[in-house]
Amino acid sequence: MSTDRIEKSIVLQAPRSRVWRAIAGAAEFGAWFGVTLEGDFAPGARLTAQLTSPGYEHVTMEITTERVEPEHLLSYRWHPYAIEPGVDYANEPTTLVEFHLAEVPEGTRLTVIESGFDHIPPVRRALAFRMNDQGWAEQLTNIARYVSS
Amino acid sequence: MSRPSTGATSLAHAAPLFAALGDQTRLALVDRLCAGGPQSITRLTNGAAVTRQAITKHLGILADAGLVHATPRGRERIWEIDTDRLAEAHHYLDQISRQWDQALERLRLFVEAEEISP
Repeated sequence: MSTDRIEKSIVLQAPRSRVWRAIAGAAEFGAWFGVTLEGDFAPGARLTAQLTSPGYEHVTMEITTERVEPEHLLSYRWHPYAIEPGVDYANEPTTLVEFHLAEVPEGTRLTVIESGFDHIPPVRRALAFRMNDQGWAEQLTNIARYVSS
Repeated sequence: MSRPSTGATSLAHAAPLFAALGDQTRLALVDRLCAGGPQSITRLTNGAAVTRQAITKHLGILADAGLVHATPRGRERIWEIDTDRLAEAHHYLDQISRQWDQALERLRLFVEAEEISP
């Protein structure tokens, strides 16, 4: 297993034009991804994403669009797992996210590739590990306090 | 990104780790060792609100949990984080991978719902 990239492939029973709109349209992207996006995907354009998942509403992410090739490819850069409050991720390395669309008999094959993880500082990985589930971590902290007192 | 769920097995496995980390001073020590690399107690005590003796005690607890270890260097002992970097990187990727799985399932519902019932 590579430590640098994640690749996912899924066949969607919907036309390529429909899938493209759901990905490249900022409002539609936000609806399924779980963010409120400000801005539009256009080459070089920056967008701000505010998470809508319960417990993560304080998190905003910067997205920088790279390529927009209608119904074929959308790619952007962002900071993966940038959910730690009070941390300025601006000067840290980003990962590249690519959405590749291809027509198949059943509808559309979508391939998502996120790459560049090898450049993410180890301390971020360690923190992400610890923050796997904040509720869980908090509970264990409580248990730890209980057993050590 | 939604929060990944955690099974009871991995929870039990991780409990001793979190017990060791369930303390502000020890968390701060782990952060300092992560960010600053291997270092002596003298350096770790620098700017800390607690005594050298307390730091030594906390490092002992972290060592028992397998999170840190010390190597003698001259008259001092150098402390460092004791994690399997590669395992950590894989775990990190697993988490993000799971989030993509969940996001793509939501996308499927989003684009397929319209096709099935326009």
